[in-house]
Amino acid sequence: MTELTDILSAAGLWAAMLRIATPLIFGTLGALIGERAGVLNLGIEGIMTFGAVTGWLVVFNGADLWVGVLAAALAGMAFGLLHALMTVTLGLSQHVTGLGITLFASSLGYFIFRLTTPAASTPPTITPFQPLSSAMPGIASLFDGGFWGAVVFSQTTLTFAAIAMAGLLAYIIRATPLGLAIRMSGENPHAAEAQGINPVVIRYGTVMIGSALMAIGGAFLTLSAFNSFFPGMVQGRGWICIALVVFATWRPERALFGALLFAFFDAFQLRLQAVLADSVPYQLFLMVPYLISILALIVMARQARVPQALMQPYRRGER
Amino acid sequence: MSSRPILKLSRITKRFGAVIANDDVSISLAQGEILALLGENGAGKTTLMNILFGHYAPDEGTVSVDGALLPPGQPLAAIRAGVGMVHQHFSLAPNLTVLENVMTGTEPLWSFRSARTGGRRKLVALSERFGLIVDPDARVGDLSVGERQRVEILKALYNDARILILDEPTAVLTRQEAERLFAVLRQMARQGLSLVLISHKLDEVMTTADRVVVLRGGKVAAERMTADTDKAELAELMVGRRVTRPARAAAKRGAIAFEAAGLCAAGAGAAPLDTVSFRLYEGEILAIIGVSGNGQTTLADVMFGTRKPDAGDLLLHGRPFEGGSVWAVHEAGIGRIPEDRNREGVVGDMTIWENAVLERIRSPRFSRRGIVDRAAGIAFAEQIMAEFDVRGGTPTRRIRALSGGNVQKLILGRNLLDNPRIIVAAQPTRGLDEGAVVAVHDRLLEARQRGAALMLISEDLDEVIGLADRVQAIVKGRLSPPVPADRADPRLLGLMMAGDWQRAGDISAGEMAHAS
Repeated sequence: MTELTDILSAAGLWAAMLRIATPLIFGTLGALIGERAGVLNLGIEGIMTFGAVTGWLVVFNGADLWVGVLAAALAGMAFGLLHALMTVTLGLSQHVTGLGITLFASSLGYFIFRLTTPAASTPPTITPFQPLSSAMPGIASLFDGGFWGAVVFSQTTLTFAAIAMAGLLAYIIRATPLGLAIRMSGENPHAAEAQGINPVVIRYGTVMIGSALMAIGGAFLTLSAFNSFFPGMVQGRGWICIALVVFATWRPERALFGALLFAFFDAFQLRLQAVLADSVPYQLFLMVPYLISILALIVMARQARVPQALMQPYRRGER
Repeated sequence: MSSRPILKLSRITKRFGAVIANDDVSISLAQGEILALLGENGAGKTTLMNILFGHYAPDEGTVSVDGALLPPGQPLAAIRAGVGMVHQHFSLAPNLTVLENVMTGTEPLWSFRSARTGGRRKLVALSERFGLIVDPDARVGDLSVGERQRVEILKALYNDARILILDEPTAVLTRQEAERLFAVLRQMARQGLSLVLISHKLDEVMTTADRVVVLRGGKVAAERMTADTDKAELAELMVGRRVTRPARAAAKRGAIAFEAAGLCAAGAGAAPLDTVSFRLYEGEILAIIGVSGNGQTTLADVMFGTRKPDAGDLLLHGRPFEGGSVWAVHEAGIGRIPEDRNREGVVGDMTIWENAVLERIRSPRFSRRGIVDRAAGIAFAEQIMAEFDVRGGTPTRRIRALSGGNVQKLILGRNLLDNPRIIVAAQPTRGLDEGAVVAVHDRLLEARQRGAALMLISEDLDEVIGLADRVQAIVKGRLSPPVPADRADPRLLGLMMAGDWQRAGDISAGEMAHAS
């Protein structure tokens, strides 16, 4: 029991939670905003991979870290445009198109990575984003050695950007005319059209912005969490994000909560493994966050109000 | 009424493939006027209004409001010019609130704030001015159909509509709701709004509108002031012939085709059946009347094979019948005309010919070794469409494009073409226009004449008195004893539907034994 309280009271656990949550927050918000307008984007896994490659390559070739983030976002947008073209304009199946984009984007990402970086047993590295403690040492030193200092100031700017983004999107969706237009496009695009809103434009916009967020989530992995890229590093995070959208009942503030919750269990099981390594196989611990997210999904998703027009292509003049 | 036209549609023509929906239609609307656009299903009313509202661009012709031309195919331009449309199928988002539904699209998209307080005030003021009471913060999905329609009207008024188009507004309303709506519409006209009422119901046109334009086959067939016309003339103009209830030849009752004894069945969300017994004779129509929600749906489900009875015996031509499967029902030669044609009758996204053969796809006529014979299916659909006068499409078009009456005629056709020995029709004329009603009635009587045994489940007493040979009432899942239809007057039927079978029995005393 003391091991448990030790784990919970250690700042490392909470710092890891924020770090693990960051790509999930970006990815979940990106998927969420598209779904709110009626488009499911299963391209997320591939778009995150491609964002991770793009961001890393741009920085590896000498650009600034923020330029890397921007490049990843633009690359994500390009895939978002492709997804919107196929699902919105051509009205193709969103499932099939999304999975196709995942396969295409990750393969293209690996291909470009292989083409541009020499094969080596240890992958080449960059200098990633630095934690806040070194970015703003003046303020950080005030909290030096304390719990908050270790949790908050060990994070990079992108983590705070992710949390701020959740708040911003929650506000936009709930309280602005644009948010209402997005929701109406996802609930009843015919009604949106009848009231002078073009649901096609809204869907293109949300899918592209959402894909940019997904790619930034991927870029966080190579530019902040690690300092190199290797194939398979996204590790199904995209699929977790898709589940988190449902868990969050399509609300950004709950998406933030869900991502943090999942990250908490992930960070927790890592530490539990170390303690119980002798008695329990570590694979069981790896399952814990997924099991808990499935359980949470069952509880939360039952009360969800699914966007009524989700996955329904919009064709003018038909109902 | 001022004579200045506020709205003019000039020489509108619209084609969908080979079908001409509107053919050189011109209409004008004066301020403060209620204009009724009357026509059968498929006459082109809705298409015309969708052109006016910018949902479709016309192939020829123009729309002008206050003398200014509207750009074709742009709903936003129509909204800005003061045109509001209340669709037959509501365009609402059930997950959003009333206020959110109304405010969508009314503010600049890029504003970082939404003027919800001002919006609420305007909405409440409008709803009080016109008597359209509804809670701005209620979720639309929680509202009744009548309330949802109020939201649709408020949506148009919120956009400062001066011209309001209502597409078959009473199709989904109860009688009381409809009367309330007409009071609201007349009040709007008095306050200077101009209204177009699309309808195929003669009563509401006569009581509500100032002027009537009759559309037939996509063309303007006639224009009348309601003061100068009557229902009979309008009905004739609408269908192009005198409307008559079908003449009924005397019954030549044959053997018992189908019998149910002590039938019990649970209803899924509907009233269950409680020890129900009835007999269907060849050459006879048995009508089941009753206030809706008394077990009609469950009875129809059992007859259609979509629900297995929990107890009781079914006899088909004297032999025990299992039921409980759609295929078994179809193979037994029972034709089914379901209550909700769009949900249980056809698959909207499939083509007309696919819908025509769907029930009989196992028959070697339409499939061999698991391969569908497309040519045979199309030929079958063409045969139905020709013999049953299904208009508005070709066999390879999606059935969703057809109007309600034409879908119903297709369902009738695919059932009756094979001359089934038993036919079960649930609310076969609900929501249809006069012409289609007559067509459906004629076909059912033809089948009776041919010797088929029919069960007609209906809430329309005129229909029941016009068609049935015997009548049973369904009340709380139980069936009354049968009464001969020629004995049935409104009072007797009223007693039966109220469940007072003792007194109903006294009235038709003596006849009962004869009838059963």
